[in-house]
Amino acid sequence: MALLEIENLKVYFFTRKGPAKAVDGISFKVAGNETFGLIGESGCGKTTVAMAIMRFVKPPGRIVDGRVSFDGSDLVALNAEGIRGLRGKAISIIRQEAQNALNPVMSIGKQITEIILEHEKVSKDTAWARAKRQLSLVGISEQRVKDYPHEFSGGMKQRAMVAIATACQPRFLILDEPTTGLDVIVQRQLLESINELKTKLHLTSLLISHDLSVIAETCDRVAVMYAGKIVEEAQTVSLYKNPLHPYSKALIGAFPSLKGTKRKLKSIPGAPPLLIDPPAGCRFQPRCNYATQICTSVDPEIRERDGHRVACHLVE
Amino acid sequence: MTTFWEKFKDFLVTLLGNGMGRIGLILIGLIIIAALLAPFLGTVNPQKAGKAADILLAPSAQHWLGTDDLGRDVWSQVIFGSRISMTIGLVTALLTVVSGTLIGLIAGFYGGMVEEVLVRVVDFFMMLPVLPLMIILAAVLGPSLWNIIFVISVISWPTTARVVRSQVLSVKERPYVEASRCIGAGNVKLMLGEILPNVVPLMFAQAVLMITEAIYSEAVLSFLGLGDVTRISWGCMLHFAFESGVMATTPWWIGPPIGCIIMVIVGFSLLGTAISDVLNPGYREMKGI
Amino acid sequence: MKLARFTFRKATAAILTIFIILSVNFVIFRMAPGDPVRMMFKDPRVSAKQLELQREKFGLDKPLGGQFLAYLNQLAHGDLGISFWQKRPVTEVIAQRIPNTLILVLTALAMSTILGIILGALAGWVSGTKLDTFILSASITLYSIPAFAMGIILLLVFSYYISVFPLGGIVTPASGYTGFAYIGDVLWHMCLPAFSIILWYIGEYVILTRSSMLDVLGQDYITTARAKGIKESRVLRKHALRNALLPVITLTGINVGFAVAGVIEAETVFSWPGVGKLIYDAVSKRDYPLLQGVFLVFAVSVVLANLIIDLIYGFVDPRIRVGTQ
Repeated sequence: MALLEIENLKVYFFTRKGPAKAVDGISFKVAGNETFGLIGESGCGKTTVAMAIMRFVKPPGRIVDGRVSFDGSDLVALNAEGIRGLRGKAISIIRQEAQNALNPVMSIGKQITEIILEHEKVSKDTAWARAKRQLSLVGISEQRVKDYPHEFSGGMKQRAMVAIATACQPRFLILDEPTTGLDVIVQRQLLESINELKTKLHLTSLLISHDLSVIAETCDRVAVMYAGKIVEEAQTVSLYKNPLHPYSKALIGAFPSLKGTKRKLKSIPGAPPLLIDPPAGCRFQPRCNYATQICTSVDPEIRERDGHRVACHLVE
Repeated sequence: MTTFWEKFKDFLVTLLGNGMGRIGLILIGLIIIAALLAPFLGTVNPQKAGKAADILLAPSAQHWLGTDDLGRDVWSQVIFGSRISMTIGLVTALLTVVSGTLIGLIAGFYGGMVEEVLVRVVDFFMMLPVLPLMIILAAVLGPSLWNIIFVISVISWPTTARVVRSQVLSVKERPYVEASRCIGAGNVKLMLGEILPNVVPLMFAQAVLMITEAIYSEAVLSFLGLGDVTRISWGCMLHFAFESGVMATTPWWIGPPIGCIIMVIVGFSLLGTAISDVLNPGYREMKGI
Repeated sequence: MKLARFTFRKATAAILTIFIILSVNFVIFRMAPGDPVRMMFKDPRVSAKQLELQREKFGLDKPLGGQFLAYLNQLAHGDLGISFWQKRPVTEVIAQRIPNTLILVLTALAMSTILGIILGALAGWVSGTKLDTFILSASITLYSIPAFAMGIILLLVFSYYISVFPLGGIVTPASGYTGFAYIGDVLWHMCLPAFSIILWYIGEYVILTRSSMLDVLGQDYITTARAKGIKESRVLRKHALRNALLPVITLTGINVGFAVAGVIEAETVFSWPGVGKLIYDAVSKRDYPLLQGVFLVFAVSVVLANLIIDLIYGFVDPRIRVGTQ
């Protein structure tokens, strides 16, 4: 039973030079308790997907088409009050570590009790008790509940964000590049905290990253995005062992391995297309080693093979 | 790689696209035309006092805006007054921005003791009450156009210095400055080549701000009786009108100078706001340019 | 602990600034072209010998250093000299007028600040809409009209043409009002002068608050707050405003100087018997001791006001109040 189902989502940004098609017809499902990964280069549209789900797309951007079904109802069609009720309570988001993701003039504890008191009818004391528990859940001392964000380190701030986002036990958690910008050790700690919470709270998650290793460690299934479209979707292990789409192959091939013989770093020549004027046919075609005639004129549809869903003419 | 001129043209076009920018430019344009074409706009010598019979006449074909309490033609005073306002505005702004930028650059770039001292000086100046200080300086130095310019400049440069220093501090840390330094660019070259271009838009915005401050300051000082009476600025006109006691019965004398002062300050203020909006990095994104 | 150090730093800076102001005050007037004694006794019949005596009396024959010390000594005793014009101690003249200026300034500032912040926050919140453009344009226009120009316009319209308000002064002369009637009379006289300051000053606050609000609204923590499902009104109050107001507090300090300008202009136009009008009178009568005294009072008030505001800011911003580990 899919908890979240995205159907043909399109998000365009309307600029003077024309609409930039940041997300152009994306569809995928996330089943309950599953961790779904979304991977791709910078600018491929993955953060826009996250923003669209939370209905945070700001002008000049707009959701032009598609459905985002969450537990049956369409998030795109919801009114402002409706989506507000879901935010923080049913769906939460943890974004890339930003210097200013936490209100500098409010204590951490207050920022946690704030979300609790907004969605649940409990007393202030209960809320504060729960705030303290949230902090210890993410490995922060309960004594720091009245401290301010500037008194925390980068990694701790990110963990505090996790504490805040999971305070009302949402069913769905979006993690948008949660470990980017953190050093490896802090990354590890953060991922561990998140994994613990996922089990405890039976969370379903969508993890967005450009880091293959993070995805590998945390996700059950993965979709690869390129230039606003999904090019391949499969179980994580299967994708890494046997990528079918040329872009997935190149992406996974480019990632250096710690083990095995040393080889020269591979990269993908060229650059992603401008989203205002994407190439006709398959978007990856200009950079693809295997491109054929049909790839330059017809946009490939998704087809199934070996349990993967792939958008490539060369895959039957 | 766009050249400076291309960038400038682009900037102008965006500015004209901004509603406030358009209105501002129109208002200022009118004043500039008046200032440049003063002798050709149906004016007579604004200082020329008239005969007793010519005092305080209402507007007529002969005197388009009537006369003041010494029989002088009000229309001429208004038109020639634009020259004084523009001169004071531009000269003061130039002096202030140039000196303020220089000091801001030096303070921000060299840091250390030099910066400490300059920052203290700037902070001190910023705490002084502007108008009282200008009043006593003007009272002590005597009323003359150049004294007024001097007084206003001395008091206004700290704001620019401070703003420029902030900008320099943030630009200094940017990677490409570091990079330039690595390839051996000397201090002065660094200042002029890397940092200055980033400071120029700010200077622009400050200059416009300073023009409004200067025109306002001259108007107030003149109104209080400290202006240069040999050149009748709009503020001086108001001073005379106010002192004469017949202010209420001579709207043609009071109205135009007030109108002009307001018009020129509003014009530059709108322009200034439009410029800083347009220079704001988020602006183009928001407007979908 | 950090707060204590912060307070100490600011207080010392204030004292130092006041000292520098005193010195500047001293220097400027000694710089005045012309002989101060000659200016005091303009009558050419006063003999050179008498001028010499006066010079001695005022200590003007001593070297500059000695004069400066004498000056400081005088100040320590609250002596600001004798007014040329009023032939009374300057301190007396000023003290008499201070209450009048205070009620005008405090009323005008309080109203401008509160209204300005509300309108500015609103404009920033609905940025890009017609409401925002309207508030912004209106504020820029109002801010561009100097207080004295606004004063003249209000005076002409509401006192001359439509006689709703009095022509000037602080009370209706020879009216014999007492108690509430007196207060009412004063308030009625205060309306227009206060208005001319308010209309001018409010623009400043709207523009300030609006731009601070715009900065804050672009910050990540606003998105975080919304992502938590917090009501918009609460996001505005507890997240946006609370942060947007911090720079506004700081800038208020710098703006106190402008409030002084506004009050000088308004008092002059409406003949409001306050300290601002005193400057105008002192200038027209070339009463240097009085001018010097008034400048000192204004400058010191501004420094003290800045100090108070700095301390308020230190208390309100947890990054200073609590400090870092």
